[in-house]
Amino acid sequence: MNSENQPLISVKNLTKKFDDTTVLENISIDIYKGEKVVVIGPSGSGKSTFLRCLNCMEDPSGGSIIFDGVDIADMKVDINKHREHIGMVFQQFNLFNNKTIIRNITLAPVYFGIKRLRAAKCKNFFTKIENIFKKNKKPLIEINTTEKQIKEEADKKAMALLHRIGLEDKANVYPSTLSGGQKQRVAIVRALAMNPKVMLFDEPTSALDPEMVGEVLDLIKELANEGMTMVIVTHEMGFAREIATRVLFMADKGIAEQGTPEEIFEHPQNPRTIQFLNAVL
Amino acid sequence: MNWASKWEVFWQTLSGEFYRNLFFEGLLNTIKIAVIGLIIGIVIGTIIAVVKVMPKYKALPRVLDKICEVYVALFRGTPMVVQLLVAYYVLLPALGVKGVEAVKVGVIVFGMNSGAYVSEIMRSGINSVDKGQMEAGRALGLGYAVTMLKIVIPQAVKNILPTLGNEFITLIKETSVLSFITVYDLYTALGAIGSKNYDKVMPYLFMAAIYIVLVLIITFMIKGLEKVMAKSDRKKAGI
Ligand SMILES: Nc1ncnc2c1ncn2[C@@H]1O[C@H](COP(=O)(O)OP(=O)(O)OP(=O)(O)O)[C@@H](O)[C@H]1O
Ligand SMILES: [Mg+2]
Repeated sequence: MNSENQPLISVKNLTKKFDDTTVLENISIDIYKGEKVVVIGPSGSGKSTFLRCLNCMEDPSGGSIIFDGVDIADMKVDINKHREHIGMVFQQFNLFNNKTIIRNITLAPVYFGIKRLRAAKCKNFFTKIENIFKKNKKPLIEINTTEKQIKEEADKKAMALLHRIGLEDKANVYPSTLSGGQKQRVAIVRALAMNPKVMLFDEPTSALDPEMVGEVLDLIKELANEGMTMVIVTHEMGFAREIATRVLFMADKGIAEQGTPEEIFEHPQNPRTIQFLNAVL
Repeated sequence: MNWASKWEVFWQTLSGEFYRNLFFEGLLNTIKIAVIGLIIGIVIGTIIAVVKVMPKYKALPRVLDKICEVYVALFRGTPMVVQLLVAYYVLLPALGVKGVEAVKVGVIVFGMNSGAYVSEIMRSGINSVDKGQMEAGRALGLGYAVTMLKIVIPQAVKNILPTLGNEFITLIKETSVLSFITVYDLYTALGAIGSKNYDKVMPYLFMAAIYIVLVLIITFMIKGLEKVMAKSDRKKAGI
């Protein structure tokens, strides 16, 4: 199913209503592996809502979100299984306040690692019981790890990620002692620790003091250069231009215009886009 | 009789083996019922609080919500003494249960009563935790319950620790009605001494003093616990 030229995320006729107000109407868009899609638009145009629909943090009111060949907007799918592969970075960082930096990063990988290990052990247990009564024995699931190993590996990986952002010495402190820029960089590597196939950023630098914006944008650019697929909502137009492979301009409950950074920033067609860019540039 | 001799007489009676044992059994029951009651209360209260804050798209959470509402109304709407009396003298016989120790009934009623109050405390605690904490957990693929248990509730508990301490103090003080259902509490020994010596002054002042000391000890422990829990606000872990 998953050939190279199939989109990683395929949004089909996405509609989102809050009670009776329609915020997004009939949006369709394909996002391919390796793309860096930047979403811009006026405040209240539904950029965050659109982004949050991509991992169903907001449940779409209509339409479908095909991720990895599965419609995750379908309420019957186990959304948690798919969210593992979709990293999300918030404006307010949202590091877990009751966990040290390293535990922030290892919490989810360790949880899923151990959950899978236990599920496998449980399955093997029943297979063994079945095998007692059977002539042709069913094979067991091969288990080549322990809970201790899972934790150690997660720690090692977390330390490598912290090394990458130069914050190894902060491994055992709590988030409240970090600067905004440091928090956001930790939040990014926390998402990376799950090996996501795509990363969603919702105004990752909007809550930062100006002198810290650079360090966060640099990290995102690094990830972009390594080939990470990204969808980024931002008000940083310079950054958008530099990093985007495609720019979406959102207005009037939908994508009013989209194109390459050159097309959107140099030759915008839609009067709404022109008006918006004139106001912000 | 002057105060000194009253005390003399009281102390002598209390020191005697019979009353001493009775007193310590009462003290132990008081602490046991309050502590276990609080633990049960925290478990029940947390479950109710989570049901209250759970998203209510589906039918099951809505039904659970109604059940919890009735439960809370029932236990907050009646005094503890009445709950104890009804449980011990009405419900147990009605259900045909025999030979249940009164202490156990006390623990269960205290736990269930406390659960109703803790649920309100816990709910405000959960609501005081930034919504972003739940979002971050869910975005990583953790389920609602897992995020609640590992991230939100620990932070909620930290926020409500002083209020939970008050609930514990309330429970300790409410143990003074346990003798209504024949539990040996502080009143059993001290009240008996009062009748025996025809002097209620010393026993009851002594009883007041014991409660004050218990409450002070709890206050002190809560303060200590708060300090330990506040470590995530400090510069480095473990310092
Ligand atoms: N949970 C909600 N309940 C009701 N209305 C909401 C909710 N979330 C968003 N909205 C509404 O949906 C619209 C789009 O909001 P959204 O946050 O997606 O805009 P945005 O483009 O991200 O704006 P900004 O640039 O200010 O972040 C707004 O009118 C907002 O009031
Ligand atoms: Mg927004």
